[in-house]
Amino acid sequence: MPNTAAVDTPQLLVELRGVGKSFGGVPVLTDIDLRLEPGSVHALVGENGAGKSTLSKIIAGIYSADSGELLVDGEAQNFGTPREALDRGIAAIAQELALVPALSVAENVFLGREPRTLGWIGRRQLRKEFVALAERTGFALDPDVPVGSLRTADQQKVEILRALARGASLIIMDEPTAALSGRDTELLHGVVRQLAASGHTVLLISHYLSEVLELADTITILRDGRLIRTAPAAGETEATLIEGMLGRTLGSVFPEKPPLSEGNEVLVVTDLVAPGVNGVSLTIRAGEIVGLAGLVGAGRSEIAHAIYGSVRRSAGTVEVDGVDCGQSVPEALGKGIFLIPESRKDQGLVLGRPIRQNVTLSNLALVTNGNWVMPAKERRASHEMLERVTVAGDDRRAVSSLSGGNQQKVLFARALQKSRKVLIADEPTRGVDVGSRRAIYDLIVDQAAQGIGVLVISSDVEEVLGLAHRILVIRAGRVVAELTGADMTEEKVLTAAFADPITSGSK
Amino acid sequence: MSTDTLTQPSRSFARRIPWRSLAIVVPFLAVFIALSIGSPAFLTFQNVGNVLDRQSGILIVAAASTLVLIAGGIDLSIGATYMFTAVICGTLIVKVGGVAGAVLGITVGVLAGLLVGIINGIISTYLKVNPLIATLAMSFIILGATKLVSQFGKQGVGQIRVDVPEFRWLATTKPFGISLPTWIAFVVLVILGIVLWRTTFGRYVYAAGGNAEAARLAGIRVNIVRISTFALAGLASGLAGVIDLARTPSVPENDAISTTLTFTVLAGIVVGGTSILGGEGAIWRTVLGILFIAMLYNGFTLLRIDPLFQGIALGVIILIAVGFDAWSKLRRR
Repeated sequence: MPNTAAVDTPQLLVELRGVGKSFGGVPVLTDIDLRLEPGSVHALVGENGAGKSTLSKIIAGIYSADSGELLVDGEAQNFGTPREALDRGIAAIAQELALVPALSVAENVFLGREPRTLGWIGRRQLRKEFVALAERTGFALDPDVPVGSLRTADQQKVEILRALARGASLIIMDEPTAALSGRDTELLHGVVRQLAASGHTVLLISHYLSEVLELADTITILRDGRLIRTAPAAGETEATLIEGMLGRTLGSVFPEKPPLSEGNEVLVVTDLVAPGVNGVSLTIRAGEIVGLAGLVGAGRSEIAHAIYGSVRRSAGTVEVDGVDCGQSVPEALGKGIFLIPESRKDQGLVLGRPIRQNVTLSNLALVTNGNWVMPAKERRASHEMLERVTVAGDDRRAVSSLSGGNQQKVLFARALQKSRKVLIADEPTRGVDVGSRRAIYDLIVDQAAQGIGVLVISSDVEEVLGLAHRILVIRAGRVVAELTGADMTEEKVLTAAFADPITSGSK
Repeated sequence: MSTDTLTQPSRSFARRIPWRSLAIVVPFLAVFIALSIGSPAFLTFQNVGNVLDRQSGILIVAAASTLVLIAGGIDLSIGATYMFTAVICGTLIVKVGGVAGAVLGITVGVLAGLLVGIINGIISTYLKVNPLIATLAMSFIILGATKLVSQFGKQGVGQIRVDVPEFRWLATTKPFGISLPTWIAFVVLVILGIVLWRTTFGRYVYAAGGNAEAARLAGIRVNIVRISTFALAGLASGLAGVIDLARTPSVPENDAISTTLTFTVLAGIVVGGTSILGGEGAIWRTVLGILFIAMLYNGFTLLRIDPLFQGIALGVIILIAVGFDAWSKLRRR
């Protein structure tokens, strides 16, 4: 392709040499060498937690590397803030767009650096600069439309234009199409091509392998914070990429699965329809661990909430031991379903309250006499539960003083305080250290061994493989694959989950 | 293995003092002691008794409003409700008369407060109107309704006066030398304090304000909990309106009384250290906060300081209290 780069676009060469980064002693990136050629689309692929986002954040100046060098045009840089990275021409487009919906396209693009005379914004000047910028970069957008009325792909365009207006020549896009419909995805693909054609560099992070193969010139595969290989996209296929993203054996990270007896069906979900859930049927038997796999945004958590009654379902039934569960959380709890939600900070714990009160929150009836809380009873119950989930220390402290892993265990303590029939654990080990991780797996397996039906939702495919007897792969709010026995491989899960968003993501 | 057992002994002594819980206690005691020394008239049975008697209504409203705040709401209509119930009560006493009038007045007055509270609760939960706006709007509506009722009650008379012994006993009786309003306030405070501290409902109030989504997913009916707190605040406003009517046996006619009460109650709660964001706080804090303000005003009078400075002093104290709250939260992070 002939390079039609505009003359005034600075060609920026960004290189990483031996970059490493760790969080809380856990290495997230180790010894990364990367060279982002100017005017190309460079994709980063890897599983959740492989280090893609961390790597892009280092380049964008959000994090700084613990070791190694970041070179821009051969010059070593040490960005302290995204601002400094932007001054060198590097901009990251956030997944959650930071636009002012009520302001027009042009106003958003020049927000904070409007042409001014004595504090008055020169509207005509603003418009003129916008048109000049749009012409230079080839993006067609009506400058006077309020941004809130645009479709998401066009809003992303505004965000990109804003970066370009500030002189960015390397644009980092983290999962830009994750929230887009099929048509918007195509629009955005056009934007990426346009950027590269005008001499900008795009660093693309995407879960959609077909998208990566279609757009990228070069693809870098990351696994467990290490760079597996950087190769031209032309030489890769979906199969070779998946192969590269896999690796590590499951090892002893996971406890042995409890033997699966022919238990009765404890949870039966039929034709469930709710926001983000498009007709899901599934069953869980007593003592069985079922894994829900799929990409972020595929509708796994939505299914959990629809079962739990915390989101209104518009159709379908949920039965526990043959009895219909109502449409509310208290009814679901009464029937024996318990949900450990995805975000313990936002949905699980009352952070300012003591650990003890967080343990007993769902089960106060067990430690009360009438409506009267019995402190001695509550203390004993809390201590017993915390001992079972291995959280030590004074339980009168605020739960916010615990580590992420221990906070998660507090939620398990709450779940375990009463005997349940169905336990749903949504991302049970997100942000949990390795030690606590094993303890949480043990708790899950232990619950199943006691005859409870367990539904484990995780973005970590290995986790689902390591824990579940059976895996359901979710895409676009539907069960697209059911894997058991020998079919339960990372490859099959990923193949089912990584679908082309255009052909199957929208309808 | 958990590392949370490891305590760090005496890692900076100052960090381990629970500053937050001491926030109101220290200044309260300081002012109390200073006034006791500075003015011989302060620490007398009569003066303290008078202050408590005058504060009884406010204390009742403030205690219930504390529950609203902890549950994550706010009620700006308490002052209007307080006037509304007093006017209803006074009108009924004047129109019906006798013991029947007094009984009817007290009952209907208090229940009117409850009704307003329930309406506030429903608007700000199920109808999803921000409680600040909902109760602000409600207070205008209630003040309007108050004028309607008072015009009806005033037909033929200049001002509603309820100086009848069948009703006034509520304020004039003094069991064990302490006024009945003070006793009522004491009982209400203790009950609400225990409800918050030891009952399931109290737990749910803290959880609803601390993290509404977590509370909901834990099976708590957050909306019902919040409506209940608004209902309690309305009920308390009704009770306070009736009690204060008995103390000053003429029906209040000035809108400023309503706003002053609302602001004083919120000021007392905030100065006491209950978080305006919900999830934290206690009744005893509010009691100290309200009494702190009352004591300050009393001190200004006893020391013959120009009352002009009262408002300025109170404003400064609120800013210090809220600033301290923000600062102590920052330290915890």
